[in-house]
Amino acid sequence: MTMTEDLLAPRPDEELVFDANPVQADRITHYCPGCHHGIAHRLVTEVLHEMGVAPQTILVASVGCATFTYDYMLVDSVEAPHGRASAVATGVKRARPDRIVYAYQGDGDMGSIGLAEALHAANRGERITVIFVNNTVYGMTGGQMAPTTLLGQKTTTTPKGRNMATEGAPLRMSELMAQLDGVIYAERCALNTVRNIRAAKKAIRKAFEVQRAGLGYSFVELLSGCPTNWHMDPVAANERIGKDMIPVFPLGVYKDATGGRPDGAAKEADHE
Amino acid sequence: MSDCLIKGNEAIAFGALDAGCRCYFGYPITPQNEIPEVLSALLPEAGGSFVQAESEVASINMVLGAGSCGIPAMTSSSSCGISLMQEGLSYMSGSHIPGVIVNMSRGGPGLGDIGPSQGDYFQAVKGGGHGDHRSLVLAPATAQECYDMMFRAFELAFKYRNPVMVLGDAIVGQIKEPVLRRPPADAPGAAGLEERAADWRLEGYGRRGPDATPRLLKSVYLAEGALAARNRLLQEKYEAMKAETSVACTDVDDADLVVVAFGSIGRIAGSAVRLLRAEGCKVGLLRPVTLFPFPEAALQQLAKQGKRFLVIEQNLGQMIEDVRLAVRGIADAAWHGVMPGLFIGADALLDPIRDALREI
Ligand SMILES: Cc1ncc(C[n+]2csc(CCOP(=O)(O)OP(=O)(O)O)c2C)c(N)n1
Repeated sequence: MTMTEDLLAPRPDEELVFDANPVQADRITHYCPGCHHGIAHRLVTEVLHEMGVAPQTILVASVGCATFTYDYMLVDSVEAPHGRASAVATGVKRARPDRIVYAYQGDGDMGSIGLAEALHAANRGERITVIFVNNTVYGMTGGQMAPTTLLGQKTTTTPKGRNMATEGAPLRMSELMAQLDGVIYAERCALNTVRNIRAAKKAIRKAFEVQRAGLGYSFVELLSGCPTNWHMDPVAANERIGKDMIPVFPLGVYKDATGGRPDGAAKEADHE
Repeated sequence: MSDCLIKGNEAIAFGALDAGCRCYFGYPITPQNEIPEVLSALLPEAGGSFVQAESEVASINMVLGAGSCGIPAMTSSSSCGISLMQEGLSYMSGSHIPGVIVNMSRGGPGLGDIGPSQGDYFQAVKGGGHGDHRSLVLAPATAQECYDMMFRAFELAFKYRNPVMVLGDAIVGQIKEPVLRRPPADAPGAAGLEERAADWRLEGYGRRGPDATPRLLKSVYLAEGALAARNRLLQEKYEAMKAETSVACTDVDDADLVVVAFGSIGRIAGSAVRLLRAEGCKVGLLRPVTLFPFPEAALQQLAKQGKRFLVIEQNLGQMIEDVRLAVRGIADAAWHGVMPGLFIGADALLDPIRDALREI
C-alpha cells in the first residue's frame, strides 16, 4: 500500500462512501475544459465497474475527439476507422458473443459518415451497446457542421448559420433508432445538469443490462457540450444545451422493448 | 473428405470452412456470389457466424472487428467492392489485425463487366489504400488451388497478423472442376489459429488472469517518432514475408523464353506453352503464386541464366512493371496484354509467344 492510499483509507470509525473508479484510468484527459466527453467516459466506466463486467468487455473506439477514449477506459479496446465503429463492433460481437461489446461514437462519426453502419447494426439487432455523443459539431477537426448542427448555428463551414434550404435540418438519431425493430432500448439524455447526468447514468446502465441479457441492440444518446467549438465558457455551454438543444432533441426513452426484462435493471429515467 | 465437382468459388467457401474460418462478412457481387451463398448455409451449422453486410465498407470493418479478437474471419467481393474496402485494409495492416479477403475480380474501371480481368493487380500488390500498407497476395489458377490456398491464406494472416488477399478472377471463380477436399495434414484449424493469437487478441482482460491489463489494437501514433517506429515494424514484416514467395514453373530449365503469367491467364499460358513445346519451341512458364511478395529472386536467377521474358496479363500492363524491376540491368521483358472482359483460349496466345521467341 502506498502512503497516499494509506492516508486515504477509511479509519475504523469511517465508512467509505466514494472511491476512485478502477475502470477509469488515473490520468488527465486531453479533452478541453468543459467538454462533456469526460463526464460520458466516467458514467460508462462507472456502469461497467458497478456491473462487474469490465474484465469481459471490449470497447470499439471511433474517430473524433474520443479517438483516445481507450486511454481512459480500462478495457480491451480496438480502434475503428471514422464512422465504422458499429460495423467493427458487429465483427467483435460475432466473434465473441459472450463478451460485452460497446462502441462510443460522435455525431459526425455515427450520424454522417457511419450512418449506414449504425442503422444496419441496430436493425440487425446486434447485441451491442452504442454510446452516441451529440455535441452538434465536428469537434476534432475544428468545429465544422455536423449532421446534428442546429438550424441557425454558426460553425466553421456554416459561417452564416445552418440553413434548412441548403444544409437540411438536424438529424435526430434517437428517433431514427426507435423505428428499427432490432433496437431494444434507445434513450436520449443530456449531460448539462446533475439531475440529467444521473438520468444518463441510469440509461447507460439499462443499455448495458439489455446487452448482458442478450436482448438486442441498445443505444444512448448524450447531448454534450463543446465549449471550445461553440465559443462559449462551460457554464454558457451547459445553458445552451438546456435552452437550444433539448427543444430540438427532446430527452426521454424513445424505445423500450425490454418488456420489463432484464430483472433488476434500472427503473425509468428521471430527466429534467 | 470427398472429391467433388464444384466451382472455384465453392472451393473457396469449402476451403475457408475447412481451414477454420469462423466469421464471414460480405456483400453480394458477381462473379463471387457462390462464396457467401455456400457459407451462409454451412458456416452457422459449423458454429460460426455469417453476416450479409450492408456494404463492402461494413464487411471489411466487421472483418477488422472479428480479426481483432484473434478469430479467423474473412470477406469476399469483386473489384469495385474491393475498392470500397481499402481504408479498412489499411487500418488492419496498421493495427496488425489478420483477415482473409477474396477478390474474384471483374473487368474495370468503374462498373466494367463481369468477365475475367487482372486489372486489380496494382491495387492488390501495391497496397491499394492509403499509407504504406501491404497485403500478402495469393493467386489461384484452378478450383483446386482455390480450396488449397484458403488454408495458406489463414495461416499467413495469423503468422504475420496482416490481411491476406486471394486474387482470383471470373474464370477461376466460375470454373467447375473436380476438387479434392482434403485439408493439409498440418493445417492448424480454427483452434490452432486462435491459439496463435493468444498473446495479442482482444477477449476481455478477465480471460488473462487476475493481474491482466487491458490490450489495445490501433493504428494511430501521434507522438513524435512513434509512427516512424510503427512503420519500421511494418517494413520488417513486409521484408520477412519474402520467405513466403512461391512460384509454379514448367519447362523453364532449357527454355530460351519464359512466359510470366498468373492466375487464370497463367493457366491458359501453360496450355499454350505445352502446345508450343510439342512444336519444338523452347518456352517455359513461370506462374507467380504469391504476387506479394513478388518472385523477384526467381526471375533474377532466370535472367542471369540468359533467359528472356514475356509477360502475359489480362490488363493494360501492370505486372510487367514488377517483372522489369526484378530483372533490370540483366534482361528485358516483353509484354502481351489481353483485354479485360475477354474469354480467351490457349490458341490466342500461340502467336504472341512465337513472336517473342523470334525476337530473341
Ligand atoms: C475517412 C475520414 N474522413 C475524415 C476524417 C477526419 N475526421 C476526424 S474526426 C472527424 C469528425 C468527428 O466529429 P464527431 O464524430 O462529431 O466527434 P467529436 O470530435 O465532435 O467528438 C473527422 C471529419 C477521418 N479521420 N477519416
